[in-house]
Amino acid sequence: MVLERAEDEEKWLAEGIAAIQQNAFYMHRALDANNLREALKYSALMLSELRTSNLSPHKYYDLYMRAFGELRGLEMFFKDESRHGVSIVDLYELVQHAGNILPRLYLLCTVGSVYIKSKEAPAKDILKDLVEMCRGVQHPIRGLFLRSYLSQVSRDKLPDIGSEYEGDGDTVMDAVEFVLQNFTEMNKLWVRLQHQGPGRIREKREKERSELRDLVGKNLHVLSQIEGVDLEMYKETVLPGVLEQVVNCKDDLAQYYLMECLIQVFPDEYHLQTLEALLGSCSQLQPTVDVKMLLSQLMERLSNYAASSPDVLPEFLQVEAFAKLSSAIWKVVDAHAEMPVVGAISLYVSLLTFTLRVHPDRLDYVDQVLGACVNKLSGKPKLEDRRARKQIVALLSAPIEKYNDVVRALTLPNYPRVMEYLDSSTNKQMAMVIIQSIMKNNTCIKEADKVEVLFELIEGLVKDVDGIAVDELDEEDFNEEQNYVARLIHMPYNDDSEEMLKIMCAVQKHIMGGGPKRLPFTVPPLVFSALRLVRRLQSQDGEVVGEELPATPRKLFRLLSQIIEALSSVPSPELALRLYLQCAEAAGDCDLEPVAYEFFTQAFVLYEEEVADSKAQVTAIHLIIGSLQRMTVFGVENRDTLTHKATGYAAKLLKKPDQCRAVYACSHLFWVDDQKGIKDGERVLLCLKRALRIANAAQQMASVTRGSAGPVTLFVEILNKYLYLFEKGNPQITSSAIQSLVELIQNEMQSDSTTQDPASDTFFASTVRYIQYQKEKGGVMGEKYEPKKV
Amino acid sequence: MNFLIAAFKPPCTISISLSAGRTNKQVPLKKDNGQTVLVPLFESQESIIGEVVVEPLQGKKVEHIGVKVELLGQIELYFDRGNFYDFTSLVRELDVPGELYERKTYPFEFSTVEMPYESYNGVNVRLRYILKVTISRNIVGNIVESQDFVVRNYTPLPTINNSIKMEVGIEDCLHIEFEYNKSKYHLKDVIIGKIYFLVVRIKIKNMELEIRRRESTGTGHNTYVETETLAKFELMDGAPVRGESIPIRLFLSPYELTPTYRNINNKFSVKYYLNLVLVDEEDRRYFKQQEITVYRLLETV
Repeated sequence: MVLERAEDEEKWLAEGIAAIQQNAFYMHRALDANNLREALKYSALMLSELRTSNLSPHKYYDLYMRAFGELRGLEMFFKDESRHGVSIVDLYELVQHAGNILPRLYLLCTVGSVYIKSKEAPAKDILKDLVEMCRGVQHPIRGLFLRSYLSQVSRDKLPDIGSEYEGDGDTVMDAVEFVLQNFTEMNKLWVRLQHQGPGRIREKREKERSELRDLVGKNLHVLSQIEGVDLEMYKETVLPGVLEQVVNCKDDLAQYYLMECLIQVFPDEYHLQTLEALLGSCSQLQPTVDVKMLLSQLMERLSNYAASSPDVLPEFLQVEAFAKLSSAIWKVVDAHAEMPVVGAISLYVSLLTFTLRVHPDRLDYVDQVLGACVNKLSGKPKLEDRRARKQIVALLSAPIEKYNDVVRALTLPNYPRVMEYLDSSTNKQMAMVIIQSIMKNNTCIKEADKVEVLFELIEGLVKDVDGIAVDELDEEDFNEEQNYVARLIHMPYNDDSEEMLKIMCAVQKHIMGGGPKRLPFTVPPLVFSALRLVRRLQSQDGEVVGEELPATPRKLFRLLSQIIEALSSVPSPELALRLYLQCAEAAGDCDLEPVAYEFFTQAFVLYEEEVADSKAQVTAIHLIIGSLQRMTVFGVENRDTLTHKATGYAAKLLKKPDQCRAVYACSHLFWVDDQKGIKDGERVLLCLKRALRIANAAQQMASVTRGSAGPVTLFVEILNKYLYLFEKGNPQITSSAIQSLVELIQNEMQSDSTTQDPASDTFFASTVRYIQYQKEKGGVMGEKYEPKKV
Repeated sequence: MNFLIAAFKPPCTISISLSAGRTNKQVPLKKDNGQTVLVPLFESQESIIGEVVVEPLQGKKVEHIGVKVELLGQIELYFDRGNFYDFTSLVRELDVPGELYERKTYPFEFSTVEMPYESYNGVNVRLRYILKVTISRNIVGNIVESQDFVVRNYTPLPTINNSIKMEVGIEDCLHIEFEYNKSKYHLKDVIIGKIYFLVVRIKIKNMELEIRRRESTGTGHNTYVETETLAKFELMDGAPVRGESIPIRLFLSPYELTPTYRNINNKFSVKYYLNLVLVDEEDRRYFKQQEITVYRLLETV
């Protein structure tokens, strides 16, 4: 059925075209013969083909264009009075004798345009007559095309300012009225088109209608092209006229399209000055019209306009653009309660973009927008719609991007309230945006309460929310997020220690709830930034004395131990241990012996109770030794206790080589190379000898279990320790001892059972070369080395 | 006519010539045989002056008992063909009985003749004016020659010329209000008007304005009425909606109208009507007919 119709249409179109061509042929022949009567007759016959009702708009357009082309020749003929001998006035009457209205009006428009050009009558009278007479065609499609023809032929003949048709009572006002009237009538016809035909092909009708919309919209374009339409005239005549028609036509398709046209074709400056009227009519549109799209477009244009030049900004202030736009938007949102959240939010996004561009200094405006958004979201479940979430992210990102300064966003009371309505993944996404912004701009947050707000904002990253188990998340993403949080923790800074302490406390409060997966990421940065504060306090030590001061190292250490303790619940003993050691060192630097001791104790306890893995133990013991070696704060007793404990741990390591290495490392605990450092040569030697024993044992064990002794690496390492301590002047390390050790190594290397290992050979060779070098160099060192033979 | 007379071979030729009158205008007139000839044009109260020339054929003499010229205004009803009702009959005796040997010229004059009716050539009736020359003879038949002429009467602009305004409708279906700017139009006039649609519940396809001529002849039981549609002028294409107003502008000059004739000599009338016709999609016609008066405007130069 449909197909049949389409085929029929093709046939009808072909017939129509053929008839037009035939009549056009006779018409042209008449034109060549300067025969007016015949020309009129055949042109009317040709135009009669346009009376068809069988064609869809698309096909009708095809037919129309053919006739249109032929009419140009006729117009040329009409123009030249010498060819037909009839005055233009008479010609204007003559064409009206045609019995059929459509050909009559096409001819009338054609002659009318020549009539205007002749200037024998005022342009406005002719235009008015033409636009009135066209009322006779009430058929939507035929009427639309006829009026479109009128618009086409009259376009260059409007009495615009500066046009040759202006003057003698013809003013631009007449041009505007003419176009407006034609526009109004065309729109009526266009709207009426939807009522044509049976209901079931409504969809098709709508499609056909939108094909025709440009015919109507063209009028607005013509209006915008009229030079004489200045702001005043636009405000007083053009806009009210257009809006009246738009509102009264009560058709959603037309309303949307025309408003869109209106916004696009006229200058932004005009929109700005007529915002009230424009917005007022937006609220009067049909409920099915997508007002939010229109408003978004309008705001986008205005935003761009504002961005185009700073000179225009005062205009915006003058007309209170924000107040008008926002109240219009509130109204739209209120009026369309059923509007999906995404729609409302995208409106807010546009408004916010507008505000940021136009009133960058008005944070209260930004907050108002966010507040409205909160109102819209309140009482609703968290957003499920993906697009809505995207829009919210856009909404929240906009101020951050604009100001490049999160601090500003933090001062907006409604900002966190909007965040509350996000689901966890969006919340996280937003939190990342915030953090990245801080990183990018190196934003320094100085106040504790802001830090507080900030961490509330990024809560999604800091804590588990909504009971979503952490393990459901992608590990890579999670790590990345947490790394960002960790970086963020370093960002807040205040020169005032007291405030800084508050910041620390605030951060601590927030991150403590992070759970076992997050703490390993978040605790270290907090600890280190606390330590940084400690060191700062320490450097100011001279001035800052007294317990009553809120920020003292002592207090900080108390805080630190709390923080690190939290890690034990994780459990992450190795990390905690390292942090304890760091703190201990810092405490030592602050001369707080008991505190330092306490930290060491904590570290040792952890070592004993939690560090079970032997590799971890090795690492831990070396860390402990290193830290302890650097400590100068301890009194003899405390120090003894700690070193004793540490050496004890070292000797109890599982693998022999590890044992050996840990033990020789312990030797450093008894020989600290600075002025007031401990120098206990005997115990050093004890350690080294013990290390040698262990190395020997290791060698033997290896030959028993594997049939060959291990490499000599351990010996060479011990030799290096000997050399170091020898150079540092330990009296217990004698050159003979070194000598015998060297020999021992050489023996070992020559023994068959020893596994050859190029690395350790090279190591040994280098060591020997070093001794040689020191000898040859002479001086104090050379003398010391003199007795050694290698 | 000459040809017909030639058939009888009259012994002389008669020619009637009219001297140049006030206008000396000639207008086309359709003869009975379908040919169109140009004939002189007069109006009422005009003097008709001319001369009759009688020229006997070579070497013949014409005996007669008198020569006269008549001015006749006749109405001929076609259902009563052949019977002429003379409403005007004027006679001028041109010659006393005698004999004619040679060409003789008789001047004549009908001064300020009352010719109240216009020449009219309708469907069932004809009104015509003729000048008839008769050479009366005793034994053989009279020799007769006639000349048609046309009378047109002009009217000044009417002092009262109200518009025609009317509201018509079919309840809950169609309700319109129309207005024609005048009730009396001259022949070259233009009808200006408007149609307002107050209620439109039918699907209208188009709307036309027709000019109809109603010619009625005879009286009483013998009245014949003939209606012709002279013009069909499309006013509107497509279906209007409520509140729409459609302009009317119809030039009368292209149509062959006559003035309205009311009860001409109790024999006939010619009246004009404007018929507004609306056609719906099922081709049903809704119409309203309004009489207009058509007159011949006295053109003041």
